[in-house]
Amino acid sequence: MELNLSSEDAAFRDEVRVFIAENYPQEMRVPNPETDLTKAQMLLWHRILHKKGWIAPLWPKEHGGPGWSITRRFIFEQETTRAGTMPPLAFSVTMVGPVIYTFGNEAQKKKFLPRILSGEDWWCQGYSEPGSGSDLATVRTKAVRDGDHYIVNGHKTWTTLAQHADWIFCLVRTDPSAKPQSGISFLLIDMKSPGVTVRPIITIDGSHEVNDVFLEDVRVPVENLIGEENKGWTYAKFLLGNERTSMAGIGRSTRYIAKLKKIVKAEIPADDPAHLEFVKDIARVELDVLALEATELRVVAQMARSIDPGPAASLFKIRGTEIFQNITELTHRAIGNYGLAIREHPVSANHFMPGPDDGHTASEKYLNSRKLSIYGGSNEIQRNIIAKAVLGL
Amino acid sequence: MDIQFTEEQELLRSSVQRLLRDQYDFDARRKIVASEEGLSRKQWQAFAELGLLAAPFSEGVGGLGGGPLSTMIIMQEFGRHLVIEPFVETVVLAGGLIENAGSPAQREAYLPQIMAGESIWALAWAEGRSRYDLSNVSTTARRQGDSYVLSGTKAAVIAAPWADKLIVSARTSGEPRDRSGVSLFVVDRHSANLHLQGFKTIDGRRAAEVTLINVQVPASQLLGTEGEGVAALEACRDLAIGALCAEAVGAMAELNSATLEYSKTRKQFGSTIGSFQVLQHRMVDMFIAHQEALSLMQHLSLSLGANETGLSRLASGAKSKIGYAGRFIADQAVQLHGGMGMTDELNIGHYFKRISSINIQFGDPAFHVLRFAQLDTAA
Repeated sequence: MELNLSSEDAAFRDEVRVFIAENYPQEMRVPNPETDLTKAQMLLWHRILHKKGWIAPLWPKEHGGPGWSITRRFIFEQETTRAGTMPPLAFSVTMVGPVIYTFGNEAQKKKFLPRILSGEDWWCQGYSEPGSGSDLATVRTKAVRDGDHYIVNGHKTWTTLAQHADWIFCLVRTDPSAKPQSGISFLLIDMKSPGVTVRPIITIDGSHEVNDVFLEDVRVPVENLIGEENKGWTYAKFLLGNERTSMAGIGRSTRYIAKLKKIVKAEIPADDPAHLEFVKDIARVELDVLALEATELRVVAQMARSIDPGPAASLFKIRGTEIFQNITELTHRAIGNYGLAIREHPVSANHFMPGPDDGHTASEKYLNSRKLSIYGGSNEIQRNIIAKAVLGL
Repeated sequence: MDIQFTEEQELLRSSVQRLLRDQYDFDARRKIVASEEGLSRKQWQAFAELGLLAAPFSEGVGGLGGGPLSTMIIMQEFGRHLVIEPFVETVVLAGGLIENAGSPAQREAYLPQIMAGESIWALAWAEGRSRYDLSNVSTTARRQGDSYVLSGTKAAVIAAPWADKLIVSARTSGEPRDRSGVSLFVVDRHSANLHLQGFKTIDGRRAAEVTLINVQVPASQLLGTEGEGVAALEACRDLAIGALCAEAVGAMAELNSATLEYSKTRKQFGSTIGSFQVLQHRMVDMFIAHQEALSLMQHLSLSLGANETGLSRLASGAKSKIGYAGRFIADQAVQLHGGMGMTDELNIGHYFKRISSINIQFGDPAFHVLRFAQLDTAA
């Protein structure tokens, strides 16, 4: 399904397609890019996009964005996800970058934005804490002013790829006496600061994506405060809005459905009764994708006419994650007995992995994708948002 | 239809419970899984000493005569503790096949060792393209004098890396997917020309692809009647399904109680998450799913014990229904635990993975609901 594109936009789409085909690093085409690439490998595509000026589609031109219309941004997103390219690190480009250019001061913009664009700085997100998941406003990590520094103490968790990070943006409590939302500040912390410790959290698929980050008497210069003290919640909410926009994941789901069809075709003979079951299950999930894609295109068309999409992001997050979980479950089922096997991490060619090549990541993807309905604001929370903001309940 | 357990059965349950509580907590299990071999021979011996490995066998072959109900009792507790050792493979599958299809000489040679914990067995029935069809066998067994010569590759053989002996299904006649012509052989795991490529399973077990290239097996190691292996495999699959369903129900009970407990202590937005109605209803549905699964599990075990007609259809029905219930409970237990449910550190994800594995072993819930429908003689 496509937007009705002007001839200029259609030419732009073709340009993006050709650019990806000619420039996406072969080295990054591994079975599971999310777990199998080194930090240096992950940054290869980032650097290519940076050189081209396409690294930050969301950003205004003055800060280094390409100055695209909403339609072009969408085309770019569609083409890159359909082609299965690894998106640039969201924590840097999609999350903290816009916060800095929207709420940061000139010195902060000058210091951080170029390094985000170039990939020199790798950012991670210090939001969740053991006691503050869905209820983020209760963060307890404390920042106490001491001259021209804050002294930060606390424990952040589920910090994705903190093991690679140079910087962490943190929600910290600067006014313990205020209402939860009112006493929070948004602080940028150098991961090399004394007192910062990263501890890996291994997830059920055996991979190391997330971490605990412990902050013990970490001295953070006051100049690393974004905006005003105690106004951090406003910036945090702004950022979460950005986090949820890209969660429909149409391109990814479409690619995984194509792979699933290939597996079913190769592994399940047409005269096996299971074959028809899979054909029907796949058709159902394809229709789910089609309906979500149509919804996304409708919202994009409205946004291009300057109509506020409201909490459409919550709808995309709920359905996008449910659909992808379903696809990974079907794929895991499609490989039959081989669904018992799982690759060992860290991945190495020395470990034997049975079954069809296309199915080697089916188990880990099935397990790993259980997180999707939990993170980025659980699907229960997203439903609360729609109930309140759309239905007025 | 509630089972009134005998004193003996209650004693079995409490002794398994005590053993696992004392020696098989989650940390102990983690160490076993992470060890070089991936299982504990010491635990296996402890199971033997407690009589667990002899429990289901009939007294005629030296067992304790507990039948499928004793298997159910043991496996429910094993499910609660995520026991990794190959009870289903050794006792239920191999032991069941030998007891039901084996010759007196074979029973005498193999069963005492199994009951004493001296040998571990694995069943090599699946192949790369067989999915869940027991008759889809391409591995061949050619008669040659006093031997059979086996060639082919068996897939995803759980416990093979641990095993002393394998039971291998191979074709003595006919074409793949023919019901007749499949025979079963006892094959020494260290036989010449038998190769294992080991791998780890999602639930922490060890399995292997087993390749046989002209492996010589004495004719005396044919198990059961030549060409009639599928019927024997079907009967032992029913027993294994009974065991796996009980294990799943044990795991589901643990997931439900852990989730309920967590929902009463975890606070967000100033309240325990268990006070949110949407989660209350979710947990009610998890409770109902477990109740239904428990009932079907008991119904199946009683039928297995009485060897009732229509048993195989009921086994498929239970495997399907309990499979779907398990998946629902496991999904929701992870979801309600939030990020913690995704961690390797907490036991919740490990129950999720065991239930996912059970749902693959001998056929997923979709496979068995179809088989249940197809075996409906009234339809």
